[in-house]
Amino acid sequence: MSAIAALLPALMPKLAAHVLISASAIGLAILIALPLAVWASRSRLVARLALGFASLVQTIPALALLALFFPLLLSLRGLFGEGVPTLGFLPALMALTLYALLPILRNAVTARARLDPGVLEAADGVGMTGWQKLVLVEAPLAAPFIIAGIRTASVWTIGAATLASTIGQPSLGDPIFAGLQTQNWALVLAGCLLSAGIALVADGLIGLIEAGLARRKPWLTGAGIGAVALGICAALAAQGAARQERPIVIAAKQFSEQYILARLIGARLEAAGLRVEYRDGLGSAVVHSALASSAIDISVDYTGTIWANYLKRSDNPGREEVYRTIRAWEAETHGIRVLGRLGFENAYAFAMRPDRARALGVARLDDLARVAPQLVIGGDPEFFERPEWRAVRDAYGLSFRQSRNFAPTFMYDALASGEADVISAYTSDGRIAADGLVVLADPRQALPSYEALLMLSPRIARDERVERALAPLVGAISVEAMRAANYAVDRKDGAKLTPAEAAAELARAAGL
Amino acid sequence: MPLLCLEEVVCRFGAQEAVRSVSLSIAAGSFVALVGASGSGKTTLLKTVNALIRPAAGRVLLAGEDVTRLPPARLRRRVGYVFQGIGLFPHMTVAQNIAIGPRLAGERLPPERIARLLELVELDPAFARRMPDQLSGGQRQRVGVARALAGGPEMLLMDEPFGALDPVTRDSLGRKVRDLHESLGLTTVMVTHDMAEALLLADRVLVMERGALVADESPRALLAGAGGAAAQALVAVPRQQAARLAALEDGR
Repeated sequence: MSAIAALLPALMPKLAAHVLISASAIGLAILIALPLAVWASRSRLVARLALGFASLVQTIPALALLALFFPLLLSLRGLFGEGVPTLGFLPALMALTLYALLPILRNAVTARARLDPGVLEAADGVGMTGWQKLVLVEAPLAAPFIIAGIRTASVWTIGAATLASTIGQPSLGDPIFAGLQTQNWALVLAGCLLSAGIALVADGLIGLIEAGLARRKPWLTGAGIGAVALGICAALAAQGAARQERPIVIAAKQFSEQYILARLIGARLEAAGLRVEYRDGLGSAVVHSALASSAIDISVDYTGTIWANYLKRSDNPGREEVYRTIRAWEAETHGIRVLGRLGFENAYAFAMRPDRARALGVARLDDLARVAPQLVIGGDPEFFERPEWRAVRDAYGLSFRQSRNFAPTFMYDALASGEADVISAYTSDGRIAADGLVVLADPRQALPSYEALLMLSPRIARDERVERALAPLVGAISVEAMRAANYAVDRKDGAKLTPAEAAAELARAAGL
Repeated sequence: MPLLCLEEVVCRFGAQEAVRSVSLSIAAGSFVALVGASGSGKTTLLKTVNALIRPAAGRVLLAGEDVTRLPPARLRRRVGYVFQGIGLFPHMTVAQNIAIGPRLAGERLPPERIARLLELVELDPAFARRMPDQLSGGQRQRVGVARALAGGPEMLLMDEPFGALDPVTRDSLGRKVRDLHESLGLTTVMVTHDMAEALLLADRVLVMERGALVADESPRALLAGAGGAAAQALVAVPRQQAARLAALEDGR
């Protein structure tokens, strides 16, 4: 408990951002839903279309909805130019707003449909115009139900806002994803507690407004609205205080090595007097586009990833040639500067428990092909979609009984527990050595190289202070040092380190 | 000149003709009952008077002016409307409900006037601060009548005003409305399917059948057998009931 309490002060900026993105989305959803509900009450077709659309949106998982806005906004750039932000606040706002729409719209439409027809006839009978009827009768009578819808939408939105982390909008999802990745459960719990806390407070306050309206106690309604407004203002003030010149944004994908390297880079920039900010837990596919658009400024990516995913190449002309080609391509097509190679490689490899490998007589990938039809392979969520997997599969004719997806850190547990017989491992992963795993040889060289690259966004590509601070990292990190740092973060015993501590340790080991 | 004049009024809902060419004039000060079975078009005809329904053809003239050309708020101050649904606004106090018509016309009704209106319908002025859900059905309809009278109307339209009330309340409120009609010098048109109510309260009874006006008689003439078959079929019901009650009494 005290470990969680100690984390809370540092999470306040995330909390403020979380409150603001949620409140903005709910506010926008209200602005859209209410006029739409009025229109729907006067046209059955509009009612059917609007509710149908909102229900359809609701069936899309929140995470997918958030992810879909990235390509959508990217394509809008063709129309409106490079000013359209593709990551962060805008897509998060749009996705969460769509998500919040249904409960508000549905309650408003239902409330209007359930109004006593006698009351509506009386409104006409006393001579109300359409507008007077809306303001004096329909709105006040429907208000408690509409507020109930807003209350539901708020609780949903505050929960779903944690997922906005994956598209680069700071929120309480940041500590949750970072904690999950580094198995720092206190951090996960702190994020969850705060997010649940906001949801409960919002639920309580909006409940107050609802009760005030239903029981016709205006002071109760006023108190609820006042408290909500106060909370939003406090979040605005907190964020306003934090926002000066834009800091250098360092991205980390969703695995420990990325968190450690982000802290290593961040520490060096801070030592050079620069302000930095971390975007943790970004989806791998998002990072590259985010860097190209300068939505983030620094990332560590891998030659194999860029070669296959962005250059769409499947040939293998050798590591030096791959590196030179990528460097030139990034500079030319995106204005991204590849500052250099960090020195280690984090390639895909296939790993098995030694007892299992011995029993099946597997030492190389061609041995694996022979027994694969009886085995279960585990991979990270993107692995089976990657061209590397297809290359290896086709080169060796691999066909498994079943393939399963695991979060990178849980893959090793799956291997240990026998839920997977063979996993897609990473060469820099500390747990290969720690668990004594067998890495299968690749005699046909189907797996490409994955050298770690230090990449700078167009915005800071020519920044000399950044270059001076980061140049010493180039070529400085050996695969052994990286493995040790990764293991220090992934281990579960008392010697476990936070990514920041492991980064400091790594800097010492690398002689920086 | 009659206060209300209907000239060949036709109302249609889709292909169905609810009112087929009705012409009619009503003199100021008369209490007219409009009687007919469900679906005979009587409510539709009534609603053309305060322009809740616009006729497909023909004209409705109130003191010589076409009602569809008058601004709704002004028209409905001159024409009070009471109906079976009562339709008190549940989020407003009794006083606010009564004052709504004048408020829409931009006038604030003073509390003394609201108290006076409550007294007219035999409710304690203290009811002004209550909410509609704190009242009984009869009390609510009394407030409904007070609301219809609040703008000082020339004309009172009532659509099955007592239909949802128990017989005792129904009888006393009916008499009360007839008294108010006299004392305030109103012109009243009441729609009802109850011929007994029509005969006892009105001084002129109109009978509608399938959208057309089939009888226009005084209660006395109707009881004497005038008005034709449809009207007589309606009169026969209360007459036979009265006869059976009398027979019961004699047989004891």
